[in-house]
Amino acid sequence: MKAAVIVFPGINRERDMARTLRLVSGHDPAMVWHADTALPAGTDLAVVPGGFSYGDYLRCGAIAARAPIMDAVRAFAAKGSLVLGVCNGFQILCEAGLLPGVLMRNAALKFICRDVYLRIERSDTPFTRGYNAGQVICVPTAHGEGNYVADADTIARLEGEGRVVFRYTSPKGAVTSEWNFNGATNAIAGIVNARGNVLGMMPHPENHVEAALGPTDGRGLFQGLVDHLAAAA
Amino acid sequence: MKAQVTVTLKSGILDPQGKAIEGALKSLGVAGVTSVRQGKVFDIEIAEGDRASAEAMLREAAEKLLANTVIENYRIDIVEAP
Repeated sequence: MKAAVIVFPGINRERDMARTLRLVSGHDPAMVWHADTALPAGTDLAVVPGGFSYGDYLRCGAIAARAPIMDAVRAFAAKGSLVLGVCNGFQILCEAGLLPGVLMRNAALKFICRDVYLRIERSDTPFTRGYNAGQVICVPTAHGEGNYVADADTIARLEGEGRVVFRYTSPKGAVTSEWNFNGATNAIAGIVNARGNVLGMMPHPENHVEAALGPTDGRGLFQGLVDHLAAAA
Repeated sequence: MKAQVTVTLKSGILDPQGKAIEGALKSLGVAGVTSVRQGKVFDIEIAEGDRASAEAMLREAAEKLLANTVIENYRIDIVEAP
């Protein structure tokens, strides 16, 4: 794996992401500054990490989505290469037009920082091949704007095409309003683009990868990516 | 030239902040409020030019950055023409 982590001013999860990528793949990712205009040659995974790019000014992710490096990320995605956006990264990918919809303020208006449960909706994507469909994983979340919204046609298309990859559920995998803590439409926690090579998700799988720190449920996502890239090579 | 771009949420988009403000107004005893929707106003100063090109530039600004047209509408007003 030759990953690149995009670094914007105000991002604060890039080192967690880099640590996890190193831990799981054995390789250091390149840290790529937002003002750069190209990804390093040979990059096979671009990661847009979490944080508060540009202080969440205007709208979450709005200014980062227009940064110079994003043209390179768009071109990278257009040729089918893998792009992962987590938390603010998901917001940035939506604002950049790489994923549909938008992340609105949490329904209860509170910033929510705790472990949540995600049901894996399908395991036949490069991002979820490390899991089984229907499996429930526990990963941390930390956001104030994670309430996924899109127009009815877009939601119908996402659901119809099986592009909802993660959903907020109970520990047993039940979708209920109680466990859909941010009010997201259809409890959507993560989606892929039509081609299936760009994933955006609100929770932080990169923070649950080491037994010394608790559950390791996030590891499957990164191990799956390593296996996918090794198989593709 | 001075202009104002007003960005508002499209109807049908849930506005939790507007709802909270609406609730706060009610609890303050401000009577008669039936709904609040929150939006943004951008005051923009523009280098000299004609009105049509200013409006075209502001439309570009709104489409490219100021509004997320998935969820928001925008309105352009030239408030002070030369």
